Amino acid sequence: MTASTSYTFKENAIATVRVKWLILKTAMEERLVYRGDFAFATLVRFLPIITQIFLWNAIFAGHNDGELNGYTYANMVAYYLLVMVARAFSSMPGLANGIALSVRDGSVRKYLIQPVDMLDYLFWHRIAHKLVYYAVAIGPFLLVFWLCRDYLPDWPEPKVTVAWICSLLMAFLAGFLIESLIGLISFWFLEVSSLIFIYMMMNYFLSGHMIPLEWISEWIPWVNYLPFKYLAYFPAAILLGRIPPDTLVIELTIQAGWIVILLVANRVAFHYGVRRYGAFGG
Amino acid sequence: MLAFQEKAVFFSPCQLVITADSSTITAMPAIVVENLGRTYQVYRKREGLLASLRGLFHREYREVQAVKNVSFTIEEGEMLAFLGPNGAGKTTTLKLLSGLIVPTSGTATVLGHVPWKRENAYRRRFSLVTGHKEQLWWDLPAQESFRLHKEIYRISTEDYNSRLTELTELLGVTELMSQPVRELSLGERMRMELIAALLHRPDVLFLDEPTIGLDVISQRKVQQFLLKYQKDQGITVILTSHYMKDVEALCDRAIVINKGAVIHDGALAEIVDRFSQHKIIELHFASDSTPNGIDRYGVVLEDRPPMLRLQVEKQKVSAVLSQVLAEYSIEDVSVSERPLEDVIAELFTAEEY
Repeated sequence: MTASTSYTFKENAIATVRVKWLILKTAMEERLVYRGDFAFATLVRFLPIITQIFLWNAIFAGHNDGELNGYTYANMVAYYLLVMVARAFSSMPGLANGIALSVRDGSVRKYLIQPVDMLDYLFWHRIAHKLVYYAVAIGPFLLVFWLCRDYLPDWPEPKVTVAWICSLLMAFLAGFLIESLIGLISFWFLEVSSLIFIYMMMNYFLSGHMIPLEWISEWIPWVNYLPFKYLAYFPAAILLGRIPPDTLVIELTIQAGWIVILLVANRVAFHYGVRRYGAFGG
Repeated sequence: MLAFQEKAVFFSPCQLVITADSSTITAMPAIVVENLGRTYQVYRKREGLLASLRGLFHREYREVQAVKNVSFTIEEGEMLAFLGPNGAGKTTTLKLLSGLIVPTSGTATVLGHVPWKRENAYRRRFSLVTGHKEQLWWDLPAQESFRLHKEIYRISTEDYNSRLTELTELLGVTELMSQPVRELSLGERMRMELIAALLHRPDVLFLDEPTIGLDVISQRKVQQFLLKYQKDQGITVILTSHYMKDVEALCDRAIVINKGAVIHDGALAEIVDRFSQHKIIELHFASDSTPNGIDRYGVVLEDRPPMLRLQVEKQKVSAVLSQVLAEYSIEDVSVSERPLEDVIAELFTAEEY
C-alpha cells in the first residue's frame, strides 16, 4: 500500500497552479474541437449588435433635438458597444444549466470523488472558454469598433482605463459567481431552468444591457443597489466618463464587495448542497 | 524484537497500529462499516393530471430506506463482491463509502478516513468506477484526461509514464490513446475509465457494475485485468455486478444485500450451500432413451437422451440416487450444485431467507 504524502506549502502551491493550468489547457483544447460551430456561433452573436445599432438609429431619427434622456445617438452607440464588451466578460452561457444538468444526471460526482474543488475547476474551465472566445471574437469586435469609430469618445486618462479593466475583470467574476450560485440551487431543486430564465430577464433589464441604467433608475432607484449593474452598465459607464472620478474607487470597492458576498454564498450553497445531494443517476 | 517509542503510533496510510507495550503489529481492516443507514425522501406522485395539479400545492413524501444497519469489515487486499438485485442498496453503499452522500445513521471508515468528509488525503487514495463512465473528456483523446489526472493526483512524471505504459498494455488500448473518447467503443471506453481510475494507484477501488453493457470478450478482458492487477498491487476492491461470471472469476468473499440489509457475509461458495435448497443430478442411461416417470423424483431440467438432468431437493439426494440406481440401468451419474446465478435469483425472489 502506498502511504499518503504530506506536502510542503511550496509543493502544494506549485501542484495547485499546475492543476489550474492543465484544466485551462485541456478545456481550451476541448473548445477548439468543434471549431466550425464555435466560429459560426461567435460571428452570429454580432448580428444583434448591428440590428441594435440600426434600431437606435431609427429611434433617434424620431427625436428632433437628437437627444434622449441625456444620450445622443453617438453616445448610445458607444454605450451599446461598450456594454457588449462588458458582457463578453460577464455573460456565462451554459454555466448554471451545466451545473444543474450535472447534478441531475449524476456527472457532478466527478468533482466530489476527485481531489479537486468543483467551483475552482469550473472557474478555470470558464476562463478557457472565454480566452478561446476572445481569440475568435477580437476580429469582429475590432471591425465593429472601427466602423463605429466616429461615435466613440476619446480614450480616457490612464487612471480611468485601469478602473475600466478592473471593472471588466470583476464583471467576469461577478457573472461567474451569480450563474454558478443559480446552478448550485439545483442541489435543492433539480430543475432550475425557470430560475435561469428569470435571471436572464432581470439581467437584461437591470444590468443596463437593454437601455442605459440611468433611464431605469429614474423609476426604480434601488437598481443601483443590486449587483447586476456591474455586469454591463458600470464598465461601459466608466469609459464613457459617466462615473464621477471621485466615486470610482468607491464603486469598484462595492463591486469587489459583491464578489466577496457571492463567493461566500457559493461556498455556503456548495457546502449544504452537497450534503443534500442524493447522487442520482445510478 | 522491535523497539518502539512509548506512545502508541497510528499510521493511517498503511493502517498499521503499533502498540507501545508489545511488539505486535496488527493490520487494521481497510474498510469498517458499522450500522450504516441512508434514508431518502421520495416524492409520491399519484396518477393523472389532477393529481399533478394537486401536487403543486400539497406534496406527499415517503421515506425509502436505501441502506439500513449495514455492518461489515474488509481487510486490506481483499476483493469482495456486493450482490443484490436492483435497488438493494449496493450502489448507495458504494456512494456512501466514496463520500458522495452522507449517511442518515451509522459510521464508516475507509483507510482510517470518514469518506463523507471528502478530505483530499482520502480522495487521493481511492477510485470509484461506475458503468456510467464519466471521468473522461468526451471530445478529447483519453490521454488528455490522463494528463489532467496526473496533475490532480500529483503523480510524478516517472510514475505516470511507467503506470500508463503498464496499464495500456495490460488492457490492450495502446493504439487508441490518441483517439477521441467519443469515437471509442463501449468496451474501449470502459478500459480507458479503468486506466483513469488506477493511474494514481488507489489503495481502495470501488467498482460499480464495471462490465455493464460490455460484450463477452470485453467483459473477459476487464475481468482478467482486474484479477491480475489486484493480485499484483494488493489493493482492496469492492465489486458490484449482476454478472455472476464477474463475481465468480474475481471474488472469494461476497456480501449479499437485499432491501437495504445484509443477508449474507461470507465465502462466495457458501452462498450456494446456504441458500440453495436443491442439487442437480445428471444421469446417463445405458439405453438410447430416457425413462418415463422419472419426474416423480424431481424437476427435469434437461432431457437429452441418453442424458437427463434432474433438480432434486438437497435432503433427498441420497435417497433419490439409491432409488434411481436400483431402478434403472445407468452408465454414469454426477451430483452438482446449482449455478450461483440461479441460487441468487431464487434468493432475491424468496420472501424470507
